[in-house]
Amino acid sequence: MSPVRNDAKTESAFPLIWDLSSPGRNTRTLPKLDVPEAPLPEGMVRDTEAEGGTDPLPLPDISELELVRHYTRLSQSNFSIDTNFYPLGSCTMKYNPKTNETAAGLPGFVDQHPQQPEELSQGSLELLDRLQKMLAEISGYAGVALQPAAGAQGELTGVLMIRAYHASRNDTKRRKMLIPDSAHGTNPATVTMAGFKAVELPSDRNGNVDLEALRENCDEETAGLMITNPNTLGLFEEHIEAVVRTVHECGGLVYGDGANLNALTGVLRPGDVGIDVMHFNLHKTFSTPHGGGGPGAGPVGAAKKLVDFLPGPVVTGDPKAGYRFVNPSKSIGRMKSFFGNFGMLVRAFTYIMMHGPEGLRAMAENAVLNANYLKSLVEDVYPVKYSRSCMHEFVAGGTIVEGIHTMDIAKRLLDYGYHAPTVYFPLIVKEALMIEPTESETRETVEGFAEALISIAREARDNPELLHGAPHTLPVLRLDEKKAAKELVLRYEH
Amino acid sequence: MAYIGNTDADRRKMLDRIGVESVEELFRDVPEHARYPKLQLPAELSEVEILEELRGLAGKNGCATPSTSFLGAGVYNRFIPSVVPYLASRGEFVTAYTPYQPEASQGTLQSLFEYQTMVADLTGMDIVNASHYDGATSVAEAALMSIRVSRSKRRRVVTSPGLHPEYVQTMETYLQAMDAEVVGKDEDADGAYAEPTKLAELVDENTACLIVQYPDFFGRLYSLEGLADAVHAKGALLVVHIDPIALGLFRSPGSYGADIVTGEGQPLGMPVSYGGPYLGIFACRRDYVRSLPGRLAGRTVDTEGREGFVLTLNTREQHIRREKATSNICTNQGLMALHAALYLAAMGARGLKTVAELSYHRSHYAAQRLNKLDGFNARTKVPYFGEFVLECPIEAKEVIRRSCEKGIVPGFDLGRYYPDRKNQLLVCVTEMNSREQIEKLSKTLEEVVQ
Repeated sequence: MSPVRNDAKTESAFPLIWDLSSPGRNTRTLPKLDVPEAPLPEGMVRDTEAEGGTDPLPLPDISELELVRHYTRLSQSNFSIDTNFYPLGSCTMKYNPKTNETAAGLPGFVDQHPQQPEELSQGSLELLDRLQKMLAEISGYAGVALQPAAGAQGELTGVLMIRAYHASRNDTKRRKMLIPDSAHGTNPATVTMAGFKAVELPSDRNGNVDLEALRENCDEETAGLMITNPNTLGLFEEHIEAVVRTVHECGGLVYGDGANLNALTGVLRPGDVGIDVMHFNLHKTFSTPHGGGGPGAGPVGAAKKLVDFLPGPVVTGDPKAGYRFVNPSKSIGRMKSFFGNFGMLVRAFTYIMMHGPEGLRAMAENAVLNANYLKSLVEDVYPVKYSRSCMHEFVAGGTIVEGIHTMDIAKRLLDYGYHAPTVYFPLIVKEALMIEPTESETRETVEGFAEALISIAREARDNPELLHGAPHTLPVLRLDEKKAAKELVLRYEH
Repeated sequence: MAYIGNTDADRRKMLDRIGVESVEELFRDVPEHARYPKLQLPAELSEVEILEELRGLAGKNGCATPSTSFLGAGVYNRFIPSVVPYLASRGEFVTAYTPYQPEASQGTLQSLFEYQTMVADLTGMDIVNASHYDGATSVAEAALMSIRVSRSKRRRVVTSPGLHPEYVQTMETYLQAMDAEVVGKDEDADGAYAEPTKLAELVDENTACLIVQYPDFFGRLYSLEGLADAVHAKGALLVVHIDPIALGLFRSPGSYGADIVTGEGQPLGMPVSYGGPYLGIFACRRDYVRSLPGRLAGRTVDTEGREGFVLTLNTREQHIRREKATSNICTNQGLMALHAALYLAAMGARGLKTVAELSYHRSHYAAQRLNKLDGFNARTKVPYFGEFVLECPIEAKEVIRRSCEKGIVPGFDLGRYYPDRKNQLLVCVTEMNSREQIEKLSKTLEEVVQ
């Protein structure tokens, strides 16, 4: 349900929390000091006096009820999976099962301190060990590290591993990382962080990596290739094995961006077609909630030749001997504190255990079925550049009527109560609308969304202003992003 | 349970519409020899069964409760007002994604803007981003950012020996491809270089930044007075890593002239949860905003002039700038930033100060108590906040093992990071550990070394 807009001319959609603040309103009680006071170090105590303090701390001073109402109202102005169909391409906005929340919230997990000795953490270590093994099995890898916090950090992990692999062989002239032009922006950004140079590869007319261009770019300076399969057009790379072979033949390694793994669980293990290292997005494929931008989790799987380079620590052991942390022998090092976003790992573990092998295959099959069905319902109106069967998502063009842009369609969809697809990405499709329904949605929901898209196409012809002015039903009208970037108001000034 | 929306009848209809006989036909591009592997995974479990299994696993963990644990070392058992998880677990926050459609994401965006403001006030800085993965990755990104600010001319990072060892390790991973040098970290943490003003002597014309932790890994609070000037005189940046709770009572790094502030935000309303998810705090001066990694929520207006919020300055980020982006970060820890905003709003400045005072005074009381025990020596002599080093008559590891049998975790075994500190415990006291628990700790330690 979308919130109803307040049509009265107001300065802002919602008050800021400081608007609710008044000195003394917060009446929270905390334990009384039960020990003698120790002297405070001179010159270091914060001078927070509201009037004239040199180091003020103007946090809001509000009642708890006002706090609850403020953030409850704010939450209600969000679209979310729990409230709306959210076909955001490449983000896999599937249902986030509530069992997972119960699991991650068990006191034995949430109250468990990461600095506790291993002997006191055997339950968690066992869970981590089993998750490592299950992810390795699902993807066809020799080993998995769970530490990376998100997909982009998984990418950095994998590319640093490739770098370390070449370095271990004194093969230091390999500086080029090949990246198809359909890749996520995180790929080239990662390459720079890993000290390599990104080289872009064109796509061929079927939406695959252009094999000819790949061959031309594979040489003794090629560190490897980063490939997303299915790619961001939602297409399975038809020549995946030839692509991998070509890179391997020149001495490079292949990184798999696992962002789109939801199309392939139980259908294809990336390790089985020779992809050397890849990350998983547990917040996509394995249903951990996106949290308005995170936390995610980006574990990395590695084939035999790279497994010793995984970041550490990883878990090893068995139920009899117990579990412990070890660092892989040639590890690239630590990617973050502790053992990864543990709460996310518990959720993903729960999800996989509740699916089993058949359930994981059914998940991918239904995701692909929903996407192809939706494509069949809208492609007459919204042209799809590549005509073959899609995987879990497809990319349509918003070029339906002169003068109407994808952004107009996206904003109008919000009025219909649907979150917009990913827009203007991938960059190689003009006015792109990247649509991913996921397996969780029913046929009726998919059909309802298709009808909305078709209805919007009609509006685009008959009443284009309706689209240009959209959204009309939300707490704010279309927001001025240029002004935001120009004036940069990044905090409230008291 | 596979959480699939469609029935067999739905699937039949859909296949007919698509014009294929079976779902398998949709996968014809997948190499046949590798298609449909037989996965060796446990058969699916029902909700009843999986929760039972998880309870079993969770039950194998731990030996203490938050009030009988004196473990800190970068992660803190702190009081979390019930209203924080209550609001932060609302589905509209939890199951939304990055606010790419701002008109449909004002809840997330305004919360981030409020978070950015509260943390800017807390740290005394101008700009705060919408989060990093955790404290360790914030420090690593701060080092990268400092190098970037120098236009990559400076590739030396001076780091305090009092910086959390896992932050140093993480930073080294991030810097391994950058041809950069990290110095200072291996100096004796009890020696002269623990003092930031002394450490600043290592800053030279090739140094991108000086990184100090405040309070440091051992809980010590060193004044940062004059430090920024010394660092700036060499053209380098001052990076201060903070414990946000300490700033309820002690001067902000902004008041000392810091250029970049990082922090582990976990104490702001997040459970310890075996290491994550936590919150990477990242703040900087306005001058450096274009070099800042990570997302930013900014205020703007809609077509009728009504105020609202969007993600802004995207031209720094990977989805626009690609290989020239300030970082590859995309998914961050947005929901944890919401936790922090809720916590700071729920506590207010007074609540935060009270919590900091409880930690401060109780930790000093605990140090005095434990110092009186035979064979124990509370070694930290300079001002400290919440944590101090306790020399034990036997190995700290063994002290922990024996204390655990009595339901107490007495601290962190420093031998795990520093081989020459095997007899040292890092003892942490928060508002969760009452005087009664401190007395119990004292009694327990006395017993376990007899």
